[in-house]
Amino acid sequence: MELLKIENIEKYYGNKSSLTKALDDVSFTVNKGEFVAIMGASGSGKTTLLNCISTIDRVTAGHIYLEDTDITKLKGKELNKFRRDKLGFIFQDFNLLDTLTAYENIALSLSIQKTPAKKIETAVTTVAEQLGITDVLKKYPYQMSGGQKQRVASARAIVTSPKIVLADEPTGALDSKSSKMLLERFNYLNQEHDTTIMMVTHDSFSASYASRVIFIKDGKLFNEISRGNSSRKEFFDKIIDVVTLLGGDVSDAL
Amino acid sequence: MLFKISLSNIRKSLRDYTIYFFTLIIGVAIFYVFNAIGTQTAFLKVSESTREIIDILKTLLSGMSIFVSFILGLLIVYASRFLMKRRNNEFALYMLLGMGKAKISAILLIETMIIGIASLVCGLLIGTGLSQVMSALVVNLFDADMTAYRFTISGEAIIKTIIFFSIMYAVVMVFNSIVISKCKLINLIQSGRRSEKIKMKNPWLCTFVFIAATALLIWAYLTVNSETIFAKSMNLMIICIIAGAVATLLIFWSVSGLILRLVMSVKKLYFKSLNSFTFRQISSKINTMVVSMTLICLMLFVTIGTLSTAFSIRTSMNDSLKTLCNADAEFFGDNIDAKEDFDVVERFRKNGFDPVKYFDEYVTVSSNGLSNISIRDTMGEVADTNDSILITALMDMQEEVISLSEYNKAAEFLGNPTFTLDEDQYIIVCDMPTVDEMRNAALSTGTKITVNGHELSPKYKNVQEGYLIISAQHMNVGLIVVPDSVAEGFTATRSYLLGNYPEGDKETIRRTDEALINEYNSKIQGNYEQFVGNDKGLYVGLDTHLMISDSSIGLGAMATFLGLYLGIVFLISSAAVLALKELSETIDSIGRYDMIRKLGADEKEISRSLFAQTGIFFLIPMVLAVIHSVFGIKFAQNLLRAAGISNSISSLVATAIIILVIYGGYFIVTYLCSKSMIKERK
Repeated sequence: MELLKIENIEKYYGNKSSLTKALDDVSFTVNKGEFVAIMGASGSGKTTLLNCISTIDRVTAGHIYLEDTDITKLKGKELNKFRRDKLGFIFQDFNLLDTLTAYENIALSLSIQKTPAKKIETAVTTVAEQLGITDVLKKYPYQMSGGQKQRVASARAIVTSPKIVLADEPTGALDSKSSKMLLERFNYLNQEHDTTIMMVTHDSFSASYASRVIFIKDGKLFNEISRGNSSRKEFFDKIIDVVTLLGGDVSDAL
Repeated sequence: MLFKISLSNIRKSLRDYTIYFFTLIIGVAIFYVFNAIGTQTAFLKVSESTREIIDILKTLLSGMSIFVSFILGLLIVYASRFLMKRRNNEFALYMLLGMGKAKISAILLIETMIIGIASLVCGLLIGTGLSQVMSALVVNLFDADMTAYRFTISGEAIIKTIIFFSIMYAVVMVFNSIVISKCKLINLIQSGRRSEKIKMKNPWLCTFVFIAATALLIWAYLTVNSETIFAKSMNLMIICIIAGAVATLLIFWSVSGLILRLVMSVKKLYFKSLNSFTFRQISSKINTMVVSMTLICLMLFVTIGTLSTAFSIRTSMNDSLKTLCNADAEFFGDNIDAKEDFDVVERFRKNGFDPVKYFDEYVTVSSNGLSNISIRDTMGEVADTNDSILITALMDMQEEVISLSEYNKAAEFLGNPTFTLDEDQYIIVCDMPTVDEMRNAALSTGTKITVNGHELSPKYKNVQEGYLIISAQHMNVGLIVVPDSVAEGFTATRSYLLGNYPEGDKETIRRTDEALINEYNSKIQGNYEQFVGNDKGLYVGLDTHLMISDSSIGLGAMATFLGLYLGIVFLISSAAVLALKELSETIDSIGRYDMIRKLGADEKEISRSLFAQTGIFFLIPMVLAVIHSVFGIKFAQNLLRAAGISNSISSLVATAIIILVIYGGYFIVTYLCSKSMIKERK
């Protein structure tokens, strides 16, 4: 079932004299329950794409549909409502509020949604169990490791049961062990709870956890490969092949 | 180059500097306005005595200016240190690029100079404008003619302002240089990275401390307001003040720990909208500024106390003049050696002075001051229960007794109520606050007194309002009015002459007044020995309405000016510290707001959260200060009551308006600045 449909979107920066096409006629779809990774070198436009989908940025042309809503037409209050009800965010630098405990950070996205206080408690404890952070719920961000912080951020993103979780380089600030743990959690959420995840990364290892990888180069769709029934190792090799094909600085990112 | 960096720095951090700059300008303007009062009053047409009071006022204001500049200096040093902390990363960058500490100091020096000069220029411009408004107040307070007004600029005050503020800025420069020379690169670089540690205080300890502090505070309130505080030593009062300050500190300490716990325990409230975020922000702010909060609270308390007391003195003085000084002039004579009825006018005439010729209407009244009835007698059983120093001192004084007809004659002239008496009744006329309480206690038990062998009982259970001597305060400690038949046996030892001048404009009346005083001074006071003759105990005196009003107007004006000066400086200082802290917190929190926005919170909710944070932050020290003030003002009232001054609602309203405008103004500016800081950047 089609969840997200991106139709010929374009995004330009700058003015007439020096125009940068960050996104140039990009179209693709994401089905419900998919785990999609978007890969590309720095400056390829992958973060711009994510920002446009997450309504943080606006497209210059084209349409983005989530279910049946054209999110490029949303404004003001509708935009906020859309963001808090339909989307979940995970950022590279965690973006937890350092004055709140892990529990309160997760609860905040629910209380912004005006969820009654009674329901908040069960929701938070459930999601904490899923992500294995029950024992850090009372801690403040400065008392946690990077991996724990990112899992708390992930818990915050999924606790509202969003239609789609958008992750921007979620493993960017983590060591390899924490990265692996986080990605396994993503997999678990994706497979056991049918969470749709869209992850931007330049790391092939991270991408290999996805069910599909979309490559972007210079603002355009370059290639896309699906995992199908192959193992993660095989999928990883396939990704490496495409990355080699992409050539140039993307391989630097490896 | 350095100059360029400095200039662009200021432009870049204009937002941070807004409140700082704003405060400096107000400080300069206020300083100028109050120091220019001397020049402002120079052209006023006022009497000699008022002129003297203005001179005293000038001296007091310039003395207070030193204190004020000390306070403003502290504020400026605090604010500049605060702003410097915000720029650690910038300094680190300079140092990494190889800039020497001397050069960084130079940049700061130039910056301080630019800001200093700009604030002085703006402040003085605004000050000159404000001081013209002040002229209106000066004219009004000194009851002078507005016609003589003209635009004035006080060169003296300008120079003084420049010198004082230059010194303050110089201190800031030295201070900044010291800070720069001491700082280490590693600390500068890491300053931004240190994430805040949140320590939750032990709730039981907090509760205990809170209860203890509240108890201490209540004790201090009650002690200060107890009847006996004046009787006891000064030390107790000082202990109370210290106890109050310590209790304030402890309350802030414990409240910062408790407030969050309390809100957290109400899950419905805490997990509603952005409340968890809002309360965490508030609590961390209060947590980090317990000491500053205490100082701010105490300063606000002093502000409220000073302003309201100053205004009370003024309104009370003016009101009293209307009710307690209803004759243009009064001669008073007391002759304890009188063999026959004493009449002060007759005595004056004998010495070639006829005061009556100055008056359009007049009345003479006589009474007896040697009644052999002491105040102790009229107090009856109540006499031994009092512990007021004032009344103890009065106890053995002889009561003044006056016949009903004589009293009514004076009362009619002065516009006071007249009375009737049965043959066995008496009335006590008294208007001095502490004394009338004692007298009322005695009268309500029906204390009987014996005058000239007649036993009399009180007609009323209370003392009656009235006076024989005109004054600006409630100074009549008591006058016993008895039926004429009872008073017949007395020789009149006291004599009063109350008179009103012919109607005329202010000028004419003032001339008449001066002529009367001059003649009296030359003919009577100048020949006092001859005037007294054999009656060694003879005393005469003169009060005129103008003499009394000049000095009381002067006193009221003086209190108003000093109160306003100190009050406003304290007020802007405390509000500025709060505003600076709040703004810097907001800058630190910009990322948090972006985060919340990404989570999908409405702009409205974010604004509401910011409003609540700013509001509660400004409100907390104010609430405690107001509670302090309720008791503080009561204490001041007790203190002033002895001087016959009562607190009025209007003075409290005036105080509230000033505080609302200045403090509220700071709050609104802070809120709006914060709001623009956290605005979504595209």
